[in-house]
Amino acid sequence: MAFQILLNFFIAVVWMFMSSSLTPSTFIIGYLIGLLMIIMTRRYFSGRLYIWRIWSAVKLTAIFLKELIMSNISVLLLVIKPDLSTLQPMFFALPTELEKDWEITLLSSLITLTPGTVVVHVSDDQRTLYIHAIDVDDVDEAIDSIKNTFEKAIMEVSRG
Amino acid sequence: MDLIADIMIVLLVTVGIIFTIVTVIGILRLPDVYTRAHAASKSATLGVMSLLLGVFLHFWWNEGHFSVALLLGIVFLFITSPIGGHLMTRAAYMSGVKPTELTVGDDLKEAVIEIRIESDKNTPDDE
Repeated sequence: MAFQILLNFFIAVVWMFMSSSLTPSTFIIGYLIGLLMIIMTRRYFSGRLYIWRIWSAVKLTAIFLKELIMSNISVLLLVIKPDLSTLQPMFFALPTELEKDWEITLLSSLITLTPGTVVVHVSDDQRTLYIHAIDVDDVDEAIDSIKNTFEKAIMEVSRG
Repeated sequence: MDLIADIMIVLLVTVGIIFTIVTVIGILRLPDVYTRAHAASKSATLGVMSLLLGVFLHFWWNEGHFSVALLLGIVFLFITSPIGGHLMTRAAYMSGVKPTELTVGDDLKEAVIEIRIESDKNTPDDE
């Protein structure tokens, strides 16, 4: 992916030199032409076309922002609840299929910012996340769905 | 146009203040360190973020000054505050802070005991 972006920049710079006008608009035109060239020759590259990866990263950011706002509203509702003794916090384990360090870091940050969950510990073999949930009754099934969307979105970004 | 801009700025700053107040109430009301970490790591993030965004928009639209430092601040806050919450809860758990009696289940206990046994085996006694 990084190679494709570098190549695209390189083509844009070459375009700027060829048209001998070093302005941002020439750069953008050259970049678009380079993008077109990469799209046409994409079967010579090993990974996917890099714009799809950027697109999935944008989608991940959108999910992140949405979850952040949702989690704040849920904390707000929780905190102003008159009776806090019905609260049922719980530590639970969550197996994960992600392997690379940055993926696990990203997943734990996402989980920490989602409604009702904070990551407490990552096991040494990096296969299990230990999570503290603030209220257990709605969490257990909600967590699985959230985790699936997050894990899927992260895999989407990191895949080839 | 000016009116819409002002409404947005005021809205953002108000939301930021509301969530900061929620953080404080949460820290006062919730029973133990782990539940407090929820309030502190989430509401404080969004609260300060929307405050910074409101300030950024005010200086951009009303004063014509595009402040990159504020945007960087938002990004840094976004990256660091969940990790801060995680580290505080982890340090609390590892040093043996008891969660409240309301806590239903604890999957982490066995894992921590295992870690203790492992580290006891690996560190030689200096006696």
